[in-house]
Amino acid sequence: MASDNLIEIKNLNFSYDTRAILKGIDMTMRRGQVVAIMGGSGSGKTTLLRLIGGALQPSSGYAKFAGQVIHQLNRDALFKLRRKMGMLFQFGALFTDLSVFDNVAFQMREHTNLPEAMIRDLVLMKLHAVGLRGAHHLMPNELSGGMARRVALARSIALDPMLIMYDEPFTGLDPISLSVIGNLIRRLTDALGMTSIVVTHDVQESLKIVDYVYFIADGVIAAEGTPQQVRDSIAPFVHQFVHGEEDGPVPFHYPARQYRKDLNLEETVV
Amino acid sequence: MFKHIVSGTRHIGHQVIEGAWRLGVATRFFFLVLLKSGTSLRRFNLIIRELYFTGVLSLIIIIVSGLFVGMVLGLQGYETLQKYGSESAVGTLVALSLVRELGPVVSALLFASRAGSAITAEIGLMKATEQLAAMGMMAVDPIARVVAPRFWAGVISMPFLAAIFSVMGVFGGYLVTVVFIGVDEGAYWSQMQSAVDFRFDIVNGFIKSCFFGIAVTAIAVFEGYDAPPTAEGVSGATTRTVVTSSLVILGLDFILTAFMFRGVS
Amino acid sequence: MQRVTMDLWVGIFVIMGIAALMILSLKVGNLNVYNPSQSYVVSGNFENIGGLKVRAPVKSAGVVVGRVTDIQFSMETYDALVTLSLDSRFQFPKDTFASILTSGLLGEQYIGLAAGGDGAMLKHGDKIMKTNSAMVLEELIGRFLFNKAAEDDSL
Repeated sequence: MASDNLIEIKNLNFSYDTRAILKGIDMTMRRGQVVAIMGGSGSGKTTLLRLIGGALQPSSGYAKFAGQVIHQLNRDALFKLRRKMGMLFQFGALFTDLSVFDNVAFQMREHTNLPEAMIRDLVLMKLHAVGLRGAHHLMPNELSGGMARRVALARSIALDPMLIMYDEPFTGLDPISLSVIGNLIRRLTDALGMTSIVVTHDVQESLKIVDYVYFIADGVIAAEGTPQQVRDSIAPFVHQFVHGEEDGPVPFHYPARQYRKDLNLEETVV
Repeated sequence: MFKHIVSGTRHIGHQVIEGAWRLGVATRFFFLVLLKSGTSLRRFNLIIRELYFTGVLSLIIIIVSGLFVGMVLGLQGYETLQKYGSESAVGTLVALSLVRELGPVVSALLFASRAGSAITAEIGLMKATEQLAAMGMMAVDPIARVVAPRFWAGVISMPFLAAIFSVMGVFGGYLVTVVFIGVDEGAYWSQMQSAVDFRFDIVNGFIKSCFFGIAVTAIAVFEGYDAPPTAEGVSGATTRTVVTSSLVILGLDFILTAFMFRGVS
Repeated sequence: MQRVTMDLWVGIFVIMGIAALMILSLKVGNLNVYNPSQSYVVSGNFENIGGLKVRAPVKSAGVVVGRVTDIQFSMETYDALVTLSLDSRFQFPKDTFASILTSGLLGEQYIGLAAGGDGAMLKHGDKIMKTNSAMVLEELIGRFLFNKAAEDDSL
């Protein structure tokens, strides 16, 4: 592990049946970085996360985690690898039949033989890190959306992973919860020395916390750079995305015939 | 007209191929569950939790239905048998109907709609809310951790529930014919005991309920795991669980009965 | 749901299930009267078995002592070879008489054993020599009519 890069993605292609989702993606992510992957809905961001997690097989190219090519691993090696990864799903995906405490303790109980007293201390420490130590006895359905996501965050750092992937962590949160989650991502990444990949389309919030940004559009990397470079970018796509303009390289209208023709106005004009 | 026939035939052919394909997927899934059952059988407390949800929570409906089915059997049996002056055989009628057929079949039908649908809905919702995917990302196999315990809990509960159903039915028949109508108590039990055979009636009924338990829970976990991760996907899967299990129970019952009681009485 | 309560309920459920199986076996199925694990097998040839079926009871003095386990047509003697499984608690003399009887007018048919006086007992694999066939209604009526006619002639 001489290299400082935790994730290396080289010429990665992926397609569902014949529909190409990702076309030749190249990325590197260093240890300790928070990297954002942005793009419109359906641009293949989540697919990329699933490829890194080994849930999908690329059509060509590869993604490497700590020097290992992910899709060449067998099942056992993949499961071993996944213990070094955490993933935060869009709505938390907490186990609804387990309490907050048991959710965070889940991986420790499944993968380690730690005594129950030590698990208790560890769980309370993880919950304390996200500010929810007092909520350990609640059930997931008693939590607000933001709290559920913080619990899920505590759960994904349970085994001190090297990488955490966040799938749309900001969706559906009020402004306060939103900045709480954003700051937690930054603080935990720095404190635990791990790498974070944030898939999002919340531009303003993520630009505050990340080190590097990739824009994906139509399965290719449309732009990349540090937050400052992105803000100053004059590339039309990035500009449209960052400032949330309605029309631009990403058109407002779905491709269609001429408006006048569709309304049968041609004749009257003539 | 011709066009309709062609498209109709194509539709049927498509359905058949689709059905065969699904059956293949389901069978593969079934063996996968068996293969990965090792962990859940070693961690038996996982199964105990599911036994509570499939077995204990089905108890009330099984007890009440068993009691009523037995009472109706007693009443109807008495009405018919007394015409021939053999109302003392009502115990035989109640017990044989329950132990051989009604106990395993009706309790399996109730089990499919009470516990089977709950299993499907629970697994389907866990899938829809990405809980299964999250588990996979935590390097825990959802089939071993979520599906297998539910499967085994169902397989274990079913014979118990069927036996409880039969006992409640025999008691219900006793209540109606002996206590209310006044058939001789000794005749009720003795006629029953001389006609019901341990090996052929009780063991066969038990085997039947084991088969039904495997079929219902296998269908329930498969439909849940296979459900499209949307609200209507889960509700459709739940309906399919109840419909498919009911048909499979009745079909399987015919096959098993033909095997077990062939050439006997 | 508290862990302990859940365990308790599952325990109650399992106990109820096992109890139900026990009740079915002992109270409904009457397992204790006839235990196939402790039994011995004897056979007998019957000229006509009528409606006798496999699993029909074998009774002596009205008490069930065994079951019919097999019925086959014998090509050597052109009659029926019936195999009986008898509870080993009940021993019968070698010259026991086996007849096919009917319980009630329309009831099921069973085999009745009437003990003889021989000192030696039936052992596993033995053959009952003295048998009495089932009553067949047509033969019965035929014999009755024949006798009646003979009586009328003699008058």
